[in-house]
Amino acid sequence: MAAKNKHVVDFAKIKSTMSDPYDKPVQVIDETGKIVNQELFDRFSDDELVTLMEKMVWERALHEQTMNFSRQGRLGFYAPTYGEEASEMGIAHAMKKQDYLFPAYRDLPQLIQHGATVKEGYLWSKGHYQAYDYVRRGVRAFIPQIIIGAQYVQSAGAALGIKKNGEKDTIAYTFTGDGGTSQGDFYEGINFASSFQAPEVFFVQNNGWAISVPRKTQTAAKTLAQKGVASGVPGVQVDGMDILATYLVAKDARDFAVAGNGPALVETLTYRFGAHSSAGDDPSRYRTKEEEKPWFDRDPLIRLRKVLTDKKLWDQDKEDKLVAQYKDEFKEAMKDAEAAPKQKVSDFLKHTFEVPTPDVAADIKKFEAKESK
Amino acid sequence: MAKMTYIKAITNGLDQVLQDDPKTLIFGEDVGKNGGVFRTTEGLQDKYGEDRVFDTPLAESGILGMSIGLALTGWRPIPEIQFMGFTMEAVDSIGGQMSRNRFRFSGDVSMPITIRTPFGGGTHTAELHGDSLENLFVGIPGLRVVTPANPYDAKGMVISAVENNDPVLFMENLKLYRSMKDEVPDGHYTVPLDKANVVREGSDITVVAYSAEVNEALKVADKLEKENISVEVIDLRSLSPIDDETIFASIDKTHKVVIAQEAQKMAGAGAKVAADIAENDIMSLDAPIGRVAAPDSIFPFAMAENYWLPNADDIEAKVREILNY
Repeated sequence: MAAKNKHVVDFAKIKSTMSDPYDKPVQVIDETGKIVNQELFDRFSDDELVTLMEKMVWERALHEQTMNFSRQGRLGFYAPTYGEEASEMGIAHAMKKQDYLFPAYRDLPQLIQHGATVKEGYLWSKGHYQAYDYVRRGVRAFIPQIIIGAQYVQSAGAALGIKKNGEKDTIAYTFTGDGGTSQGDFYEGINFASSFQAPEVFFVQNNGWAISVPRKTQTAAKTLAQKGVASGVPGVQVDGMDILATYLVAKDARDFAVAGNGPALVETLTYRFGAHSSAGDDPSRYRTKEEEKPWFDRDPLIRLRKVLTDKKLWDQDKEDKLVAQYKDEFKEAMKDAEAAPKQKVSDFLKHTFEVPTPDVAADIKKFEAKESK
Repeated sequence: MAKMTYIKAITNGLDQVLQDDPKTLIFGEDVGKNGGVFRTTEGLQDKYGEDRVFDTPLAESGILGMSIGLALTGWRPIPEIQFMGFTMEAVDSIGGQMSRNRFRFSGDVSMPITIRTPFGGGTHTAELHGDSLENLFVGIPGLRVVTPANPYDAKGMVISAVENNDPVLFMENLKLYRSMKDEVPDGHYTVPLDKANVVREGSDITVVAYSAEVNEALKVADKLEKENISVEVIDLRSLSPIDDETIFASIDKTHKVVIAQEAQKMAGAGAKVAADIAENDIMSLDAPIGRVAAPDSIFPFAMAENYWLPNADDIEAKVREILNY
């Protein structure tokens, strides 16, 4: 009888080992500013190190100034990026202009790095059609997606389109958060791209929280990177508070995809320092200061600032000047955004169909008459 | 010119657009080697290759989401959703995404996507295979919803749908696939997407119908002709937008109207037609607007379909009621 009860499959063993090797985050500098991988660190020139630091300072300043505008009631929906500078700028730095970006709503900084303007970012937040003028300029980017996961299936289609067009050295790339990996579209997107071996890199910025729901509620999977395994997509975790590691991993993933190997999945381990959005979310309702403290210690700017300061490439005065310069630019961008023309309902109607339907045509007339008064 | 079934006419139209435009792509579940579960895409993969006509993983949101990315990168996608009930899995891609892009980008981005999908009752299928779900989709700005009622229109309309630069939901009636044959011209021709068709002229009453109900209405017209009652039958062809002009011209002549549809009555194209008449042409009528539709229950179990679906008898009864008002 004993033999009959013996398990055929050791599920416990499978469960305990299936995360390997997806839970060894790549790191170059640790949170104390110590270089933990000298070989990787030496790949960066002094200029590159300074550029990466400047990009993070830019994103931090953008966040601070944007929150100011938000508090003044000058913006609409805005998703703070505070704490995610290494993840977002490390990835953005690894991408090329010809790549197609499918951002989500917390990815305005990457969208701006890809060719949108700060003014357009503000218009997106305020709700104005000129937010998407970047497409008219030929910037290869879609909208900051609101529906969680939709960007994953759409970008898989763009990656297939790139492949069918025979475009070399070009990928689609997209972002979601830890919560987004629970969506069906997340799996459908990575699986379609994998089935078609399309050139794409899928990024999961695991910032710990989907509004108030913690990462652990999303899934019992040990990592989000391992979610690629089921669809044949290699996944990896990277320290998303370390811009050097994030950049190197994003670049490797991009190289892998453009070489015709199919898609890759990268999970950046980061933290949402602020609220989910500027519209009333209060993290103190669902997380403790004790939880936040170690993550604030991992602030991506602290570690690179220390390394650069030690190398005499950076000082506080330089940073202060940069921040002031950036913030002046953002103030100008806001002025431009606020000068955007009043929107016309007749224009919306004209852009509902290429050839207006009879009902739409009648509405266009009606609103044009109203708007000419 | 050849006699062709409704389904072959669609295949023929797809063949034409694949030939005319190298950017067209047909994809979906089983559309490749198998030629679709109904054989609508039969032979097309052999003729145009696996780059142009191909199977996808089994996921409707993936299929329609992918269509958006393909359209953005310059392709003209013709995805198939195997049964209309399965579009429920992809409502965001249709209503939340592709239909909004022309608006979002102020006309700079087109989504020339034709979603083909079979629908309609009477073939005793499993649940969510035969439902008429057009009521859900006619409320989406930026999306055209069309359905042909005969083989000639089927080919001409599928070509128009693919050549249109906006997303089109192209509904193919399951029951009509093989039950109708018609003369279908060779080569390229189009049937407008937003023009209703007066399929039979009459002077006493107008029946506005679409898809399989057009044939039911024609049966009624034949029958009543023997009693010297002259029924005009209009095939809507397009459920969004509605061609009011053709409908109003007809009721200005007949002064009576019955609207017939297979879908439930609670919302949708028939309700829009009734509302448009009531709003804009009510003084032409000398009797109330008559409606024939399925009851507002869930689409029935297969064995109950025959007494749930509205048919010629229901239309005839309603026509007599309105005539005798």
